[in-house]
Amino acid sequence: MSPRALKALEPASTDPAFIRNFCIIAHIDHGKSTLADRMLQITGVVSDRDMRAQYLDRMDIERERGITIKSQAVRMPWELDGQTYALNMIDTPGHVDFTYEVSRSLAACEGAILLVDAAQGIEAQTLANLYLALDNDLTIIPVLNKIDLPAADPEKYIKEIVGLLGCTQEDILLVSGKTGVGVSELLDRATRLIPPPIGDPAAPARAMIFDSVYDSYRGVITYVRMIDGALKPREKIMMMSTKSAHEVLEIGVSAPEPTLTKGLGVGEVGYLITGVKDVRLSKVGDTVTSFTKPATVALKGYSEPMPMVFSGVYPIDGSDYPALREALDKLKLSDAALVYEPETSVALGFGFRCGFLGLLHLEIVTERLEREFGLDLIATAPSVIYQVTTDDKKTVTVTNPSEFPGGKIASVSEPVVKASILTPKDFVGTVMELCQGRRGTMQGMEYVGEDRVELHYTMPLGEIVFDFFDQLKSRTAGYASLDYEPTGDQDADLVKVDILLQGEAVDAFSAIVHRDKAYAYGVLMTERLKKLIPRQQFEVPIQAAIGARIIARESISAMRKDVLAKCYGGDITRKRKLLEKQKEGKKRMKMVGRVEVPQEAFIAALSGDTETKDKK
Amino acid sequence: MPGALPIADAAPSDGALPSSVVVGAAERDFGVYVHVPFCRVRCGYCDFNTYTAEELRGAKRSDYASQAIAEIDLARDVLRRAELPHRPASTLFFGGGTPTMLPATDLTAMLAAVADTWGLAQDAEITTEANPDSVDAVYLRVLADAGFTRVSFGMQSAVPHVLATLERTHDPERVPLVVQWAREAGLEVSLDLIYGTPGESLDDWRTSLEHAIAQHPDHLSAYSLIVEDGTKLARQIRRGEVARPDEDLQADMYELADEVLEAAGYGWYEVSNWSRESSADVVEHRSRHNLAYWQGQDWWGIGPGAHSHVGGVRWWNVKHPAAYADRIGAGRSPGAGRETLDDETRRVESVLLGTRIRDGLVIAQLPSSARTAIAGLIGDGLVDGASAVRGTLVLTLRGRLLADAVVRRLLP
Repeated sequence: MSPRALKALEPASTDPAFIRNFCIIAHIDHGKSTLADRMLQITGVVSDRDMRAQYLDRMDIERERGITIKSQAVRMPWELDGQTYALNMIDTPGHVDFTYEVSRSLAACEGAILLVDAAQGIEAQTLANLYLALDNDLTIIPVLNKIDLPAADPEKYIKEIVGLLGCTQEDILLVSGKTGVGVSELLDRATRLIPPPIGDPAAPARAMIFDSVYDSYRGVITYVRMIDGALKPREKIMMMSTKSAHEVLEIGVSAPEPTLTKGLGVGEVGYLITGVKDVRLSKVGDTVTSFTKPATVALKGYSEPMPMVFSGVYPIDGSDYPALREALDKLKLSDAALVYEPETSVALGFGFRCGFLGLLHLEIVTERLEREFGLDLIATAPSVIYQVTTDDKKTVTVTNPSEFPGGKIASVSEPVVKASILTPKDFVGTVMELCQGRRGTMQGMEYVGEDRVELHYTMPLGEIVFDFFDQLKSRTAGYASLDYEPTGDQDADLVKVDILLQGEAVDAFSAIVHRDKAYAYGVLMTERLKKLIPRQQFEVPIQAAIGARIIARESISAMRKDVLAKCYGGDITRKRKLLEKQKEGKKRMKMVGRVEVPQEAFIAALSGDTETKDKK
Repeated sequence: MPGALPIADAAPSDGALPSSVVVGAAERDFGVYVHVPFCRVRCGYCDFNTYTAEELRGAKRSDYASQAIAEIDLARDVLRRAELPHRPASTLFFGGGTPTMLPATDLTAMLAAVADTWGLAQDAEITTEANPDSVDAVYLRVLADAGFTRVSFGMQSAVPHVLATLERTHDPERVPLVVQWAREAGLEVSLDLIYGTPGESLDDWRTSLEHAIAQHPDHLSAYSLIVEDGTKLARQIRRGEVARPDEDLQADMYELADEVLEAAGYGWYEVSNWSRESSADVVEHRSRHNLAYWQGQDWWGIGPGAHSHVGGVRWWNVKHPAAYADRIGAGRSPGAGRETLDDETRRVESVLLGTRIRDGLVIAQLPSSARTAIAGLIGDGLVDGASAVRGTLVLTLRGRLLADAVVRRLLP
């Protein structure tokens, strides 16, 4: 085992030969953050006293969910064979929604530790990220983690990794992030095997932004990996995609607390602060260069974040609308991928149409809004981007069923993804059934290890955003994992199904679905609403319709009796209080035409919870 | 168990009323309600303020009349101190509980106390409730001779299995007898019916209605069974031993009642009350005491848990007979809580209460928001269009069944 380095190398003047940049590729829950914690402790950059679990995860929500949303880099000194090195560990987000961010983190590294849970084996997302790493020519160091667990089966998963990477059994390290076993050996091996960064110190500065974080005190903190040249404090810099110029107010490295440096040189990883207040001015993947001596060619791989999934987000209490706007404005500062615009719904009032990278992103944003800003929210069923061409050759982009054009439709195009599902082989049948039911086309299937299978499908994204992941999990006892990436668009026979209450469409329940599934959706929603909407003074028909054609129908019979028999012994007070209570209840009702619908009914119908019919 | 009292202000220990109660008093009738909080057994559906012998905690039925008379004295002093004009009682109503569990002489003594204190209006309506099995011919004769004009029998149903579910103990065969005795004594007769009891069919209800009509009562009340929290019936329903009353069936039953009673010459004058009419203009069989609640008249409620209203002040007495006895014994007002209605609340109440009676609300006196709602109510068949054109808001049959919804639409 190597000793801790006694004296760390000075940033800004570190010979690239002694720098190692790497990341950790792992599935959620496979112990990446715990391993990172142990590295911080073993290298001595965080004292045992200051250690807290998942040190690098800053947001509460990350720590609670045990997942990493935003990546961060940390510089650690390490000594091997008498030479001191600087190890930069870049923590990457682990989820499919953040593939682009992952790809930029990987592009900042020369090596990757492939971390696999010794009790669970490789998951689909890990495979996806491993492909990305190999694609970036990263050196892979395979590691089996959690070998301390009673359920660990290292032999089985060693075979799986050997089969996957074509490496030898000896190439795979056995560690426990929890106990620290094998972590020093891992650092030694990383130092030995991962190649040093290569760049031209004399060329104009080029640094790639791999993360951009909003801090309410300091503004945006931009994490960069220097490729060529150097950046210095007080220097004027320029973002190559926007040509916007800023002054570097602070430059440094994370060790892991922010530590000022005299600059950053070739191969180094660190952060910049320029005083900008919006992460949109410092985009992941963009190239930072010197304003006075700019580079001519930007680093490749930059792309604008593309929202894939859209949902209407509404405050449950309508008076929270301004608070929601303010919260989104604040959240946007730290989330460059979040887009939103105001939207009005008959059923839900004022809210915002939000675009997300994927379902997890949606979940994280709504959860942050609720937690950090104390809002109670309801989100409509997620939708994707459709291109709808009408018979008169007009094409409309539809991210919300309400934008679906009326009249004759020539064609509808929907986004398609390549989905990889990794599942124990016993569940292959049920997974195939699920995928076929979701209009998936099988592209292939291969064994990963002895008892797990990776299934490849192309599938409409619209089918995935609608409850697919939950279904996959529940049908495979939680074992299957999913990864997907967009592959383009396809034409499909899609229709908009409206749900009508007494002839009035309830916008929140309109959905774009495949024609073959329109009836099932119509029946589901009409039955659900029949259970949820209290009786009115008149009969209320509930219909599902495609255009003018009714495809499903239910009705709520009229309430016939709504009168108190008497007021006992002249207790008028009690009767009046009851009226006041009823009037309060009426205020919480939303009007759809003449139908009074409790807000709870909309929420329950959207969430599928039909147990709570509000009695008057 | 009895239901809870409203939450409001504390009542002053001397029961004093503010001077505001004088405003308009001369135009309001004054009535007296005497609550008699005793029953032999408690029926499973009942949450009225009434107590069996075991529940009295030392209070004595035999002391009750003198306590009630003491409150009548207190009422006299309070009304006098408030400088209300002298008004003879236009109605007096003994309700319960079971007033006829007391000796007839107790009831007549209380009637005499009211008469001595305020005097009785010339045509005063003086009623007691009675169970068919708690009175006989002599008892009724004593009441009539003392000045009672009316008796209201708790018939509830003519069908044995319905009476059994309600835990009513009387024999249905006894109803014709007591009605006959009352009539012989010169008393007007009202019959109380309950519909919508679990297990009661529409035919059962028709049977009850026909039996009731066959007695030719002057007046009929038909109340739908309401399952009140805390009652034995509510527990039985919660445990699934008894079916929950079906509101649609109750609506059918109300419609049937209205049809059968109209055909037999009874007209509705309040949502749950019908009176015998020789012509549409004859109103003499309506219960004026019952109407007083809906018309916002003044009345003093005597006895445990009784509610009172005088000139925009509502109050209610302590509920338990033992607590009541303590207060009266100490010379203090038995008032437990009260509220003084502001103008807005009085407007709300006038709509809330007035909507239920056939004489209806004067549309011109309604706030403009309520007036604009009326067209929609006519359109939905809840309010009678012809009456509205003539300036009065009168509910249709459907409107009576949805009266609370109508009120909510009138009071946005």
